[in-house]
Amino acid sequence: MSRRVVITGMGIYSCLGKNLDEVRQSLYEGKSGIGIDPLRSEYGYRSPLTGIVERPQLKGLLDRRARICLAEEGEYAYMATAEALRNAGIDLDYLAANEAGILYGNDSSAKAVIDSHETTLRTKDTTLLGSGAIFQSMNSTVTMNLATIFKLRGVNITVSAACASGSHAIGLGAMFIRQGLQEMVICGGCQETNYLSMSSFDGISAFSTRIDEPTKASRPFDRDRDGLVPSGGAATVILEEYEHAVKRGAHIICEVAGYGFSSNGANISQPSDHGSATAMMRAMQEAGVAARNIDYINAHATSTQQGDAFEALALSQLFADSHTPISSTKGMTGHECWMAGASEIVYSNLMMLNDFIAPNINFENPDEYSKNLNIINKTTEKKINIYLSNSFGFGGTNSALVIKKI
Amino acid sequence: MTREDIIKTINTFLIEELEIDENLIQEDALLKEKLGIDSLDFVDIVVIVDREFGIRIKNEEMKEIKTLGQFYNFIDNKLNNQ
Repeated sequence: MSRRVVITGMGIYSCLGKNLDEVRQSLYEGKSGIGIDPLRSEYGYRSPLTGIVERPQLKGLLDRRARICLAEEGEYAYMATAEALRNAGIDLDYLAANEAGILYGNDSSAKAVIDSHETTLRTKDTTLLGSGAIFQSMNSTVTMNLATIFKLRGVNITVSAACASGSHAIGLGAMFIRQGLQEMVICGGCQETNYLSMSSFDGISAFSTRIDEPTKASRPFDRDRDGLVPSGGAATVILEEYEHAVKRGAHIICEVAGYGFSSNGANISQPSDHGSATAMMRAMQEAGVAARNIDYINAHATSTQQGDAFEALALSQLFADSHTPISSTKGMTGHECWMAGASEIVYSNLMMLNDFIAPNINFENPDEYSKNLNIINKTTEKKINIYLSNSFGFGGTNSALVIKKI
Repeated sequence: MTREDIIKTINTFLIEELEIDENLIQEDALLKEKLGIDSLDFVDIVVIVDREFGIRIKNEEMKEIKTLGQFYNFIDNKLNNQ
């Protein structure tokens, strides 16, 4: 019999709140985490809109060596992972005695790289970068730091797959466990929010310029959407083999029942309904569920014209007949990019645990693509037993996860 | 800057930035063995010395310094010879 994979802990640090309780409340209230970052306008951005995420204070929580090696996204990842481990009932003593791995989604550490460049230009002396710069700058900064802080001895790899990084990390973690290679893997995704990190994304006019109404700027599937709003933070889940979790007496939140992936094999920035549908079908096939069994879909929809249209097309092909409730939490959060695939599992788990669907805020009028979908724009009481979560990224990378209550 | 000022500045950043136990701060304390300063910390001390004293030192020079007293003298000599 194949090994089953469950989630036994989760943690979140985002523009909706700094922990599970705060975020659950924000999701229920349909609260937006979007605001204005004036530095972006000064720097030359088209749009200063962003998710507002407060930097955590780590002095007192981590020693100096750990702190100076963490870039912004690593700080968020530490906070989310510490909460997830507490939530799973796992402490450092447990991790010292038991092997656990880490697969975490991250696809940039731009500020650390740019800061190093500016310091070297100014001083002509690389020693003056200090000892933390190298550990902050590498793309694997988060896994190298968290594995050190939490003394992990299992698999230790950063997953870089654009805006599907966090989702793939969870899917790959499930694969490691299903194949019998690991009993426990810390999975998640994180995203820096500093103004240096998103300028090139702004440069291709991907961002909403609805500057006079920040909380209405991110409007997935809505007819009048004009681009995404970048955001960030971190989300972590503790994946564990089912029997291992039972034996440990862990509280099981849900099962990672299916992981589907695909690559569009086409345009670098344009999504594809075929590619995303393939990922969704693979996830449902692995989970052994049909479209009619899915109680809720957490859509990838980021509020861009093309992306939402292609996802709506794919969802129409698979779910229009079953009238499945759909929402994109990015209306509230903006697009959490490398983190989104993981945070949206935490958001959806909070909905599943508390019997509600969080609204796709700012969905006021459908367009020709979303008109056939059952998009939920008001908080709705609903028991969710099985849900699907979509994540798609540049280069045509697609990931879908099917999660089941257990 | 007097030697007393140099000592005060160095002790302050060792305690506040490198988080070294105040009780260990003594002139004959060995930087590595007693204060636990490792090779990465030496790099950060180079950065702090540049900021606090306006002196550029090389990481290699820093590694030659064994005790806290030698470190005070090293900075004192650098400042006085400038």
